[in-house]
Amino acid sequence: MDQLTRRRLLAGGVPALGLGAAALHGAIGQPTATATAAAAAPGRAGDHGGGTAGHGGHASFRGGEVDHEANGFDPHEIVRDFDYGKTSKLPDGRTLREWTLSASEQEVEVAPGIKFPAWSFNGRIPGPTLRATEGDRLRIRFVNGGRHPHTMHFHGIHTAAMDGVAGLGAGEIAPGEETVYEFDAEPFGLHLYHCHVRPLAEHIAKGMYGTFIVDPKAGRPEADELVMVMNGFDTNFDRANEVYAVNTIGFAYMNRPIQVVRDELVRVYLVNALEYDLINSFHLHGNFFDYFPTGTSLKPTEFTDTVMQCQGQRGILEMRFPHTGKFMFHAHQSEFAELGWMSFFEVCEPGNRDALCRIEPRKEP
Amino acid sequence: MEARGATGELGRERGGAERRLPGWVLGVIPLLLIVAAVGAFAALDGPGLGERRGPLVEELAVERTELRPGVIELTVRNDGPDAVSIAQVIVNDAFVSFDGADEPIGRLESEQVVVRQPWIEGENYEIGLLTSTGATIAHAVEAAVQTPETDLSFYGLMALLGIYVGVIPVALGMLWLPWVRRIPPSWLRMVMALTVGLLAFLGIDATLEGLELAGQGSQAFGGAALVLIGAAVAYLSLTGVSAWLEGRRQRSERAGASGGSLALLIAVGIGLHNLGEGLAIGTAYATGALALGAFLVVGFALHNTTEGLAIVAPVARTGPSLGRLITLGLIAGGPAVLGAWIGASAFNTSVAAFLFGAGAGAIAQVIVQLMPTLRDDHGRTLHPRAVGGLLAGMALMFATGLLVSV
Ligand SMILES: [Cu+2]
Repeated sequence: MDQLTRRRLLAGGVPALGLGAAALHGAIGQPTATATAAAAAPGRAGDHGGGTAGHGGHASFRGGEVDHEANGFDPHEIVRDFDYGKTSKLPDGRTLREWTLSASEQEVEVAPGIKFPAWSFNGRIPGPTLRATEGDRLRIRFVNGGRHPHTMHFHGIHTAAMDGVAGLGAGEIAPGEETVYEFDAEPFGLHLYHCHVRPLAEHIAKGMYGTFIVDPKAGRPEADELVMVMNGFDTNFDRANEVYAVNTIGFAYMNRPIQVVRDELVRVYLVNALEYDLINSFHLHGNFFDYFPTGTSLKPTEFTDTVMQCQGQRGILEMRFPHTGKFMFHAHQSEFAELGWMSFFEVCEPGNRDALCRIEPRKEP
Repeated sequence: MEARGATGELGRERGGAERRLPGWVLGVIPLLLIVAAVGAFAALDGPGLGERRGPLVEELAVERTELRPGVIELTVRNDGPDAVSIAQVIVNDAFVSFDGADEPIGRLESEQVVVRQPWIEGENYEIGLLTSTGATIAHAVEAAVQTPETDLSFYGLMALLGIYVGVIPVALGMLWLPWVRRIPPSWLRMVMALTVGLLAFLGIDATLEGLELAGQGSQAFGGAALVLIGAAVAYLSLTGVSAWLEGRRQRSERAGASGGSLALLIAVGIGLHNLGEGLAIGTAYATGALALGAFLVVGFALHNTTEGLAIVAPVARTGPSLGRLITLGLIAGGPAVLGAWIGASAFNTSVAAFLFGAGAGAIAQVIVQLMPTLRDDHGRTLHPRAVGGLLAGMALMFATGLLVSV
């Protein structure tokens, strides 16, 4: 009721105009005092709306978790899922890797009870993490099973015809059509692929993106490797995201943390696929990491606990946890964090990860 | 010949059956047929109309917001055609836990959503209710302040407030009666014109306020139409009541001044107006939008004193008893107390819009009744003094209204 017009009432600070006769003033003195006391009460009861009742730990969804099975993918699996393709040897001795990716349309429960009409590669968001070694020949058959034209545009070095944009090579792939993208895996590093059909933001925001890793010929040190694609969903189509996450489902790793082992090298392939927001970030609690922007150098550029990425930017993080226990990682934009992009690592004693890490039962918030 | 005779007999037979059936049965038969037809249409899912096209239409109106320690309680009503499921709630860009609305909210159903939020006094909160389709229903809480507990002392405070802004000012205004009695008829006509001016201002004000409230509330109950319906209901009811009073008066005595019933009608009209005023004050207080203060109460008192004058003007030439005057004063001022109670405890924008409309309709009816009393010896209604009085009345209301608005 902030719209009382004629009765939008004076809220104090008005000079007494000497209007009231002494008697009237005396008569209204009593209720005024009562009212003032009542108005002051909430302030006294605690500045936080009266106590800690509403704090309740971390931000979370009601209803705990989404139905991963109905979605057809689970961020807990996606995080360690690398797809090396079907390999064979070419006459020149090089490795040929082949994949088939198909675009489709599906409803995804992006937060408990909220269905988002998504577009995806191979029925999952992010799409499969395609992984190759520097110099391999890559052959990606793309089938458009959706109702809109799509493409696959890879970040990397390739010919113009293989760029996956409208008007070049196969151009836009019409519904029901297919094409083959073929190029060499170069340069080594962490890349991504996404649809490149206009309206760009919509095709990407609906879920058409994935990680593309090119390993250096000599490989990288042995590590527990994780893929994290930072994304979000604009569920009400106002070109601003309602839900943020790594690997699509907000708070998924809050409910069930990602388990890692103390002192073991952990490598995170971090990609920012977020639309509508200019930047995104990754912040780690209780630890620091080496950061390799785009993964194209084997020397880290920074030892930090927070990195920022703009749209399409990506980098490799390497860390070892000296302490066991639960450590948060989240966007350091608090807004994104409390809208879903907030997670936990659970650091276990060396040995059997599952036996030594106590998996806490998923409880309702 | 035979055939014709048979037909004639049949006709007579049918006519007889019709006559034998009681009248009410003939009235009920079409009703039953309508029910059967509608039922069949619904059971067959609208044969021939095909599938419903387009996405779900999800509409929720927030009818009431209450703030208690650590929680914000919203009373929402579904005023769209489809059921709405509230899947998640966002407060100031963060998902929050909440209770209520576990099941989809059906059309016109209302539901309490209790959001756990450690709100801070004086700050603004933007609440987004995310539906199962991902749509957002936004609601703003401006300058958060705790909702007063509606206990006995609260009702006492509201009653006191109603008495201060309603009953006492009207009673004070009625103290003009001895003066009004002494002034010559031409001056009395001017006072009556002043009264009409005052009422016209209140009527316009009530209409505008009702329309504004109607815009905020659930649209499913009619929105702005509620204001007009309220006005029509009040106008027609009061017209009926006045006709009845007139008939009774004529039966009991010869034609004379009808000041008594006019005063009663004015009191009822002003009473409805003060009900709305109390409603607004109670709601504003309950939502923290109202800071009570001496200045405010004095402003309302001055503003409403003029209403007392309006009641006594028509009875100036008769000799009303003290008891009758007190009754008139209570009818006009008392509803402010009732309004404050309702507004503070069970405010509903649709009901309030209807009541504001009723206030406007009542005032319109009273103005129509009062107009003949302005007529001078030449039979003119809008003579210079009447026009002066009308304008003065509106100016007075406008000026005193400024005391209670910002
Ligand atoms: Cu596309």
